[in-house]
Amino acid sequence: MAESLRPSAAGPSAEGGRAGRALGRALGRVRSGFVLRRAVRFVVSLGVLLVASFAMMHLIPGDPVRASLGPAAPAELVTARRAALGLDEPILSQLLSYVSNVFRGDFGTSFLSGEPVREIIASRLPNTLGLALLATVVALLVAVPLGMWAAIRTENGRNRGTEVTFTSATGAAIAVPEFLYSIALVTVFAIGLRWFPPAGKAGPVSYVLPILSLAISPTAMIARICRVETLRELGMDYVRLARAKRLPAARLYFRHVLPNTLTATLTVGGMLLAALIAGSVLVEYVFAWPGLGLRVVESITQKDYPVAQGVILVYGAIVLVVNLLVDLLLGVLDPTSKLKET
Amino acid sequence: MRHLPRTPAGIAGTLLVALMVILAIAGPLIWGAEAERIDSAAILQGTSAAHPLGTDNLGRDILARVLVAGRLSLALAMIATLIGATAGVILGALPSVLPRRAARLVTGTVNALVAFPGLLLAMFTAVIAGLGARGAVLGIGAAVAPGFARLTQTLAASVAGADYVAVARMLGVSRWRVMTRHVLPNIAEPLILHLTQALGGALLALAGMSFLGLGVQPPSFDWGRLLFDGFARIYATPAVALGPAAAIALAGIGFNLLGDVLARAASRRATPAGAAAGRAVPEAGELGEPDPDAVLEVRDLTVTFPGGVTPVRGLSLTIAPGEIVGLVGESGSGKSLTASAIGGLVPYPGEVSAGRLRLCGADVRELPEAECRRLLGTSLAMVFQDPMAALNPALKVGGQLAEVATVHQGASRADAFARAVDRLEHVRIPEPATRARQHPHELSGGMRQRAVIAMGLMGAPRLIIADEPTTALDVTVQREILRLLREVTDETGAATLFISHDIAVIGELCHRVVVMYAGRVVEELPVEELASGAAHPYTRALVASLPDMETDRSLPLASIPGRQPSPAEVPDGCAFADRCELASAKCAELPPLIPYRAGHRVACWEAK
Repeated sequence: MAESLRPSAAGPSAEGGRAGRALGRALGRVRSGFVLRRAVRFVVSLGVLLVASFAMMHLIPGDPVRASLGPAAPAELVTARRAALGLDEPILSQLLSYVSNVFRGDFGTSFLSGEPVREIIASRLPNTLGLALLATVVALLVAVPLGMWAAIRTENGRNRGTEVTFTSATGAAIAVPEFLYSIALVTVFAIGLRWFPPAGKAGPVSYVLPILSLAISPTAMIARICRVETLRELGMDYVRLARAKRLPAARLYFRHVLPNTLTATLTVGGMLLAALIAGSVLVEYVFAWPGLGLRVVESITQKDYPVAQGVILVYGAIVLVVNLLVDLLLGVLDPTSKLKET
Repeated sequence: MRHLPRTPAGIAGTLLVALMVILAIAGPLIWGAEAERIDSAAILQGTSAAHPLGTDNLGRDILARVLVAGRLSLALAMIATLIGATAGVILGALPSVLPRRAARLVTGTVNALVAFPGLLLAMFTAVIAGLGARGAVLGIGAAVAPGFARLTQTLAASVAGADYVAVARMLGVSRWRVMTRHVLPNIAEPLILHLTQALGGALLALAGMSFLGLGVQPPSFDWGRLLFDGFARIYATPAVALGPAAAIALAGIGFNLLGDVLARAASRRATPAGAAAGRAVPEAGELGEPDPDAVLEVRDLTVTFPGGVTPVRGLSLTIAPGEIVGLVGESGSGKSLTASAIGGLVPYPGEVSAGRLRLCGADVRELPEAECRRLLGTSLAMVFQDPMAALNPALKVGGQLAEVATVHQGASRADAFARAVDRLEHVRIPEPATRARQHPHELSGGMRQRAVIAMGLMGAPRLIIADEPTTALDVTVQREILRLLREVTDETGAATLFISHDIAVIGELCHRVVVMYAGRVVEELPVEELASGAAHPYTRALVASLPDMETDRSLPLASIPGRQPSPAEVPDGCAFADRCELASAKCAELPPLIPYRAGHRVACWEAK
């Protein structure tokens, strides 16, 4: 098992022992090739993403410039735009210059406003990430205690009522998409009760409704996972022994059970963060939130291809980075993780 | 699908999906004309008697349009799901038929795509295919595919080991044929199940695309498009957005609930229904005066589970200080539940009743809650079978020991930790200070069991309950643990209740032996009499089943024919009668546990 990975350097010193071991384990992973394999997978995925993003422009049927400028645009303008974009060069050299441009932070310029796409991304990305991260934090903070509570109440099949209510409520909450939550929340709390602004980003108050809309489904999903995991741990012998020791409930559940459920909960939390970033597109649209999502929808409807291309690339890269980080975190946190074999 | 559980969620899911299907078929036929009728006199109205959900910019009734739009929403979702399912199943089956290198490439691609949000893929195809239903459907289909591919791959791998696949391979059937003829038909059910969930997901994703204005374009309309139109007017007339929103939400919930219920029904099909009903037989007897010296005194202990399952029936047991009592019996005889009942750890929904349950001279059931916790927490030590499972993998060994002292004895953290190290040293763990700062997985199996025993020594144990403490360990380690247990008992004067199915170990360690069969004590005797003085036929058979130096190794081991009755079907009379050579008509009546010789009691009519 983990015996072979036990770091030889883990000494008896109390200070730094934990950090030392964590580092040792991480290094063990490097030796076992886990980090390397993950890194290779990440680089390959990123390469595929870049090619796909490049191909997007070329897969558009007909001439994207003509399609964007409309049939009434003068032919000289179309030709000039095509030359500026390098669309007449051989396809391979186009791909190379596209990739090298992306790595230099040059994503092209908007067909419509002439703004550099890089600036659009730089100004809007923080708003999107802020929303997604806050929603994830809120979801975890609510879901973990909720799931544990439900598990403790329904252990060994007691309180059937709680179990039925919990599974039906979370099932329904998962099934409703985030844009419907946004619309419902706007209708009730912004238009009806006027407690929160209906749209735009202006101060902390404006974050409440978008975060709520984004967080409800993930909360239900994490709470479910957390309940199942907690139930499993409650059946283990170490819990029996801890109960035989007559530990107070808080100590039993938070010190003994919680750490053992966190791995699976965090895995799902990480995967949901990726889904949440995509879900934020719809929520941003409802709340006219000045993030990347609103902009990418506008650019697709207006056929502003460079902006759509750049923003979709950024979204894809974020998803890849999040997945990589979750994998690495789990590899370090859980010494017995099965991940390291894949 | 034949066994849909009648839960509220299952019924609600089925009804909602049925409603959606009926709506998709009948909606356009009934309200089609109404939905298209332009009324310039009723443009952009709110709620009214004629138009419950208002009208749109051409004066068309929105309620009728919502009812009609179901067909397009559902149809597009189905097309997207079918595209995704087909592509996914092919992609998932490929690794089984491709050469290894190509197979790994496909697997890797699928793994990378599964984590990719569908909406991003849909936006990608929307850019290429242009705005409209086609781009959205293709994109959602592409997003559905990786899930199916992953599922097919996993399922195919699980079937690939089956005998019929191996036989087909041996007969030289081509890989592709094995896949299509043998593997796919056997994994069809979970795939069809996944279809329900994927359909719900596709419906919501398509609604999302249309709502963003990237999906269905006018003059066509689905629920998402109606929501797009309604959302623009939400400040003035919120009702116009709520109709389509409710339709989308109900469809999403319906498919999700149905998918959940189908999945659960499929996984439940394998497990049989509840156990047969029986009767609880509480056996009241003379209690007598409590024994003031006994560490543990149990009278008429009965553990019952719903449905008349009674694994422990009227058990009585007294243990004196310093005494090691072995509780022996086959698995299912109720010995572990007896231990749990004494420790107050019987899992819900089990119910414990007893005429008397005294630990260290106090009745556990009469003590106030706080005092009971302290008594059980410090005076009772428990050791379980699997030391890996008994230690919390996430916490350091020393901390798990120390918390007994901090919680029950009010010790400071430093003092408690020092005591933990001392206790670890006491059970002869080398380098106790280092070990205390390690996690359980860094200790060997024997060391872990020592640590669990040390945990019991943190308090002042009066009773140690060891439930098969050596079964999971190898033989040399077993001896050390047994020796340690005996030393601890000698030293602390604590009593030990040692539970095992291994009568050899019991004979070696214990002073007194209690034999359990089908929830009852059948014999209680001093260990010296075990080898030749046992009176109950069951005990004698257990002893006879042990090989010793004189056993003729060429003969098969003596074993007892028949099987112990399960806790739900214990007969009223002697439970061993069915397997007993001496059984007579009298055995239909329950034999009482009566004195046989000094310190020796037996429950058998035929005991001489």
